[in-house]
Amino acid sequence: MKIILSTTSPGLDADIDPRFGRGAYLLVVDTDTMQTEGHPNPGVNASGGAGIQAAQFVVDQKVEAVISGDFGPNAFDALQAAGISMYLYGNCRTAREAVERFRAGKLQSVGAPTQRGHHG
Amino acid sequence: MRIAVASGKGGTGKTTIATSLALCLAQGHSALPPIFVDCDVEAPNAHLFLEPSLEQRQPVGILIPVVDEARCTHCGKCAEVCAYHAIAVLGEKTLVFPQLCHGCGSCTALCPEDAISETPDRIGVIERGPARHGIDFRRGLLDVGKPMAVPIIRELQKQIAPLPNQTVILDAPPGTSCPVVATIRGADYLLLVTEPTPFGLHDLRLAAQATQELGIPAGVIINRDNGTYPELDHFCHSTGLPILLRIPFERIIAEGVAQGKTLIDIQPEYREQLLSVFTRILEYTQGE
Repeated sequence: MKIILSTTSPGLDADIDPRFGRGAYLLVVDTDTMQTEGHPNPGVNASGGAGIQAAQFVVDQKVEAVISGDFGPNAFDALQAAGISMYLYGNCRTAREAVERFRAGKLQSVGAPTQRGHHG
Repeated sequence: MRIAVASGKGGTGKTTIATSLALCLAQGHSALPPIFVDCDVEAPNAHLFLEPSLEQRQPVGILIPVVDEARCTHCGKCAEVCAYHAIAVLGEKTLVFPQLCHGCGSCTALCPEDAISETPDRIGVIERGPARHGIDFRRGLLDVGKPMAVPIIRELQKQIAPLPNQTVILDAPPGTSCPVVATIRGADYLLLVTEPTPFGLHDLRLAAQATQELGIPAGVIINRDNGTYPELDHFCHSTGLPILLRIPFERIIAEGVAQGKTLIDIQPEYREQLLSVFTRILEYTQGE
C-alpha cells in the first residue's frame, strides 16, 4: 500500500514534520517494499491554501493514507473528498517509526479537522 | 485631489488625523465638503467621530465558481490555473473553497468543458450618508468570518466621483498589505501618521517603501511626540520625507479621542495647523 508522510527531509529515517500543509517534505512510502520517494511539499511557500495544495499533491500520488501531526479544515475536506484516510503521528519521532506503527494498526485515525486553520 | 492616510503600525492616529482634516475642510467656507472614505473595512471607526447617518446600504460580493459535476471531466485545469488554491480536483470530485477564492474568474474562463458557472458570494456591505458639516461619508464593512477586504475597498474606490475641487480623504487600514495598497493606489498624496517608538518607525519604513513603489508622494505626521526618539527624525531626514506636523503627547487629547472627539473638537488651534498641512500638500501636488 502506498502512503504519504509529512517529514523534515527525504528518506525513511527522516524526522517527522507535524505540519501537513507546510511540512518540508512529503514522503511517499510503499509499505510492502519500504521503498520511499521524497518530494518537497508544494504547499510550503503558498501564500494561502497550503493544505489544499498539499492535499492535491497527495491525491495525485494515488496513495491510500496520509500520516501527519495536524490536518486543517481545508486539507481535511480535500482529503476526505478523495477518500484518503488520515492518521496522526502521536509520539512517533521518525518516518520509519510511524510506518511501523501504521502497519501494526497502532496510529490514531482522524475523523475531523485537528485545528481551525490559519489565514494569510 | 485624493489624500490617503496610512501608518503601518496600528493605533498611531490615522483616523484622528483623517477625520480632523475632513472636518477642517468641511468647515471652510469656500471649499466643498470633502468625501470621506473609511477603508478600514475590517474595523471601521471613523463614524464615531464624524457621526454620519448611513442612509444607503449596498451589499458587496465576489463571484465564486460552481462546478457542474455532470459536465466536469476532472481534467484539473481549474486547479492548475487557480493562484489561490481555491479549487481542487480530487480524483472524481472537484471542490471549491470559497474562503480562498479571489473571484478572478480564471477557472470559469479556462474550463474546457464549460462546467463552471459563477455565483455571487456576499462578503460585506458599503454604507453611505451625510456626516458632520455635510461631509459625504462612505465606509465598507466586511462580514464577520470573511477573510478578504480588498474587493470591498475596490468597490469603494470605484464609487468615488469627486466634483471639481472636492477633496477625497481615504482612511487606510493599518499595516502595509493588500488592503492598504488597494486604499492608497491612485492617491495624489499620502499622509503617514506615526509615533516616536521603534515599532512606529519599523512600520513607517515599510509604509514608506510601499509608497515609493507606488510612486505616491508622502509626508509624515508625528503623533504623541515627546521628543525622546530622535531615530524617527533621522529616518525622515535621510529619506527626504517631510515632517508636516507634530502633535505632542498630551493627556487632554487622549481623553478627548476616547470620548469620540476629533483633534479640532479638543483643541481648535489644530484647525489652522491642519489647514496649513493641506495647503502644503496642495502646493506640492500642483507644483509637480
